[in-house]
Amino acid sequence: MKVIEVNGLRKKYRDRFVVDGVSFSVEEGEIFGVLGPNGAGKSTTVECVAGLRVPDAGTVKVLGGLHRAEIKERLGVQLQSSAMPAKIKVWEAMELYASFYREPADWRALIERVGLAEKRNARYATLSGGQKQRLSIALALVGNPRVAILDELTTGLDPQARRDTWELIEQIRADGVTILLVTHFMEEAERLCDRLALIDAGRLVAVDSPDGLIARVRDSQRVTFRAPALFDTAPLADLPQVSGVRRDGARVEVTGSGELLLAVTTALAMAGVVPKDLRAEQATLDDAFLALTGKKIST
Amino acid sequence: MIIMEAKLFLRDPAGPIFAILLPLGLLLGLGSIPSFQEASAEMGGQRVIDTQLPGMMVILSVVTMALSALPAVLVAYRESGILRRLSTTPVPPVRLLIAQVVNNIGVAVLSTVLLIVLGHVTIGVPLPGSPLAFVGVFLLGTASLLGLGLLIAAVAPSVKSASGIGSLLMFPLLFVGGMWIPREMLPDLVRRIGDFLPLAPFAQALRDTWAGHAPQPLHLVVMAGTVLVTVVLAIRLFRWE
Repeated sequence: MKVIEVNGLRKKYRDRFVVDGVSFSVEEGEIFGVLGPNGAGKSTTVECVAGLRVPDAGTVKVLGGLHRAEIKERLGVQLQSSAMPAKIKVWEAMELYASFYREPADWRALIERVGLAEKRNARYATLSGGQKQRLSIALALVGNPRVAILDELTTGLDPQARRDTWELIEQIRADGVTILLVTHFMEEAERLCDRLALIDAGRLVAVDSPDGLIARVRDSQRVTFRAPALFDTAPLADLPQVSGVRRDGARVEVTGSGELLLAVTTALAMAGVVPKDLRAEQATLDDAFLALTGKKIST
Repeated sequence: MIIMEAKLFLRDPAGPIFAILLPLGLLLGLGSIPSFQEASAEMGGQRVIDTQLPGMMVILSVVTMALSALPAVLVAYRESGILRRLSTTPVPPVRLLIAQVVNNIGVAVLSTVLLIVLGHVTIGVPLPGSPLAFVGVFLLGTASLLGLGLLIAAVAPSVKSASGIGSLLMFPLLFVGGMWIPREMLPDLVRRIGDFLPLAPFAQALRDTWAGHAPQPLHLVVMAGTVLVTVVLAIRLFRWE
């Protein structure tokens, strides 16, 4: 079942379309990523989905086309640059936000869940960046949402806090919450998302799984090794997976796609050659974005 | 939400304490000056502590809350993204404004009760002569100043500019209201201008009802008009982000 359907979405600020014809749909239970460089229109897109902005054109259907007020009841939203009052305590914030919803989740259990049990009496201003983000996620979940929209939630976190947050998101998905994740971190998108919408300058570039996107890069695989001087590279070049072979002294570099490493090692074994320093590199989402848009996402 | 905001309010007590203690201190301090306790011919045979001083202290307290505390808090809420966060929930953010306004009225009421009771007990300030009319005027006048405060919060782009605009409005309004020089002694023109600004009618109507007279209809109309205009404008101009 599709929980979010976005069709031909356009949104104009002043005279510029910051979102210019974006369409995608999110299936129930998946982690769907919206990935793109800063200023690509990702946040504006999800703000339209969340009912916080009115699109200039196109349609947004959430959970089969709920009304705006009803959407806010069923959607948990964590926005960039949003905050809580400095002196509110963790448990007070949770209790207050739980009171906003008709059927709230158990906020006490949620505090435990996001690992803030020890901080329940701490004031918001005293929390670390990672703790604030975890509270923010808990607040997004306190209404028992079917869909959670999380915007740039690991920006500014240290690597450990980022990994903890990723784990939390995977748990939440395991509970059956569909997640729409906005990010400009390749690693995050690759690790968490089932499918991604690549957005650049307000336009949709591609929608696919991370692997699917990477596979669109030509010669996405590269295998390098050292071989004896007598080794003939011609049989390698004939393999269907191989698109190019370069030799530089003892060093051989094979580029191609698909199951390249397996194909190369099998061919080497048949030739009775033992490769040294065998290495395989795979293209990343970064490469995919570069290949699809001609520019790099800066992280 | 109202209770929560009140709790937060008390955790940052500088504003309310200022709004309560400053007028109270001034009332008791100035009210102890012997000449203020004697009937003055310039004030039509009234004593300064009869209505002028306590009336102005009530106004000072309300004005501090309405024009300085309220806009600063609301603009800070907008600046830091608290309103943005709230806008993602089913609760309309207007409720936060209402909670804030209710709390500010609470502080103003508390301050006024303290002024009346302590003023009466210690320096013999008379109790309001027409209590019901006094309460009515107090609420209407407080609403008009809070409306002005909301309007400042609606248009001020930052906390700094909010407090700047607040003070900029506060001092001339207090002047024409008779804060430093009793209204009876102000030049005629200034007094006439003051009649049409929200604060002076509030001050005059408070003093009238304190003395046991009926408030002047013009003053009530000006206050009610201020409430209407500022609240409508504030709602239309308020930016949530």
